[in-house]
Amino acid sequence: MSQQKILVIALLQRGVVSPAVYELLTAGRSLANVLKQPLAAYLPGGTAEQAKELVERGADRVLWSGHAALKDFNDELHAQAVLAAAAQEQPSWVLIPGSVAGRSLACRVAVKLGAGLATDINEIDPASGAVKRSHYSGNLQATMEFKSPVRVVTVQAMVFPQAPAQAGRAGEVTELAYAPAAAGTEFISFQAEEAGEIDLGGAERIVSGGRGVGGADGFKAIRDLAHALGAAVAASRAAVDSGWIPYRHQVGLTGRTVRPKLYVACGISGQVQHLAGMSSAANIVAINTDPECPMMQQATYLVVGDMFELLPLIVAEIKKRRGQPVAA
Amino acid sequence: MPLNIVVCVKNVPSTLAVPVDPATGLPKTAGLVFAMNPFDEYAVEEAVRIKEKTPGTTITAVALGPESDGAVLREAISRGCDAGVLLSGAELQGGDNFSVSRALAAAIQKLSAEKPVHLALFGKSTNDDNSGVVGGQVAAWLGWPGVLFVKKIESIDENSAVLCRMMEDGVDKLKVKLPAAVGTVKEINEPRVPSLKGKMAAKKAAIPTWTAADLGLKPEEAGAAGARVKVARSSAPPPRPAGTRIAGATPAQTAEKLVAALIERKLI
Repeated sequence: MSQQKILVIALLQRGVVSPAVYELLTAGRSLANVLKQPLAAYLPGGTAEQAKELVERGADRVLWSGHAALKDFNDELHAQAVLAAAAQEQPSWVLIPGSVAGRSLACRVAVKLGAGLATDINEIDPASGAVKRSHYSGNLQATMEFKSPVRVVTVQAMVFPQAPAQAGRAGEVTELAYAPAAAGTEFISFQAEEAGEIDLGGAERIVSGGRGVGGADGFKAIRDLAHALGAAVAASRAAVDSGWIPYRHQVGLTGRTVRPKLYVACGISGQVQHLAGMSSAANIVAINTDPECPMMQQATYLVVGDMFELLPLIVAEIKKRRGQPVAA
Repeated sequence: MPLNIVVCVKNVPSTLAVPVDPATGLPKTAGLVFAMNPFDEYAVEEAVRIKEKTPGTTITAVALGPESDGAVLREAISRGCDAGVLLSGAELQGGDNFSVSRALAAAIQKLSAEKPVHLALFGKSTNDDNSGVVGGQVAAWLGWPGVLFVKKIESIDENSAVLCRMMEDGVDKLKVKLPAAVGTVKEINEPRVPSLKGKMAAKKAAIPTWTAADLGLKPEEAGAAGARVKVARSSAPPPRPAGTRIAGATPAQTAEKLVAALIERKLI
């Protein structure tokens, strides 16, 4: 068997290594072990310190380019940098986070490498080289085979566990020179969401509200529970289209796809479009007045009742268990 | 100055419940009702809004598929596009994101040779494949800037556009030189339904068909032969295990039982 090198693309998010990269290192490590290859990573826009952390988390060899042009995600400049790293490493596998930046980057990298591209994969078979991903909006799971020698994949968030740091682990760290070429894309600015908001894509716990929330005010109960659980806040299309909560919270076919350990669906009937975005959650709690609604069939725990009555009681119970004061 | 815009659209099954053909192990879409990919409606609407602000702008919808997919181009025209081009013929069928984006890029190049294209618009992803990469790949083939997940086109003229891209943690503002490819998200607008005038235009429109040869593609560059990945088989995900009903004598007891169950499972 020819040597199949593996290259993980360690994208930063606002200067910090994205947790999705640690998940890629887990996926990459299992490939590397089966293919008997070292695991390489490329860190565009990072530092030597960050490169060393990737070694501690399982990379055998890390290339990094610390150029200021790579500070914020720029499709063209990042692709140029990744292609330079790929030219040096000659990987057969390029693993990229399944984020907005990752998917954008993967398009250009795959075309330039003449490589097959599978997005949001949730399984890799190192021996056969096949990958799995959902299609038809989560209703079917496809096994994809590559016809190209180079495989580019983006990996769905929360599928692989994060590779833990092993202090003192040895590996090679090399700076890769990078000089930005002319690009047609210019980064102007970044406007952050409210501080303290947990991103849905990487959230372990999510509390979500639907039509049953009844209005923008109703989301206070959702937020209170999310706060008590350290969870992200999500919504169904019905709630977003009614203007109760911004679109970035929408889960489902037209919104985000999530894969938390716990998804608490409050007043969400569970239409197929919503299920498309969350049916791979490990555990689902359905809280609904309608015991027959489709969400109940998906649920790990079925709770029939009024969410406005139940949610404050659940919050109070959590606080009681933690020995925190309970509001009257 | 008027712009020349291309919108790429796809005809997809209008149901999500697509069966698997036991003989092939692949999704069986024959016999299903097809319609415009819902995400493409946002791309079409955005093109029409640009046209309304910049009179004289022309919009061409491009689709790749079988002969019957002319219907999706008529739908695009009924929503305000001026013309449609269907990329069809046996050689173009059965492609993946690599070969489909290559054919779309070749079509945009062919249209540009007649009249320079400033902007190619795409939906977020298609309902069938869910890859959401074809717009970015078209940009790569053409050597254009390409920006996906755009929630707002803040300004646009014949030279450049300012775009707001929805990131996980906020919004990036980017300036791109035109021509460029832009992938849209739902938040960008609210699509209108086809107008009567649009429906009349759609009925009358002549829709040319371009084959792989018309696009200057060799057989090995198009469709299934030019693909880099293939769906080997497909299956329904395993059903979720049956759930547990949590109910107490009072709502407070129900809450107590639920929290106890979640703690026991180490979920909270």
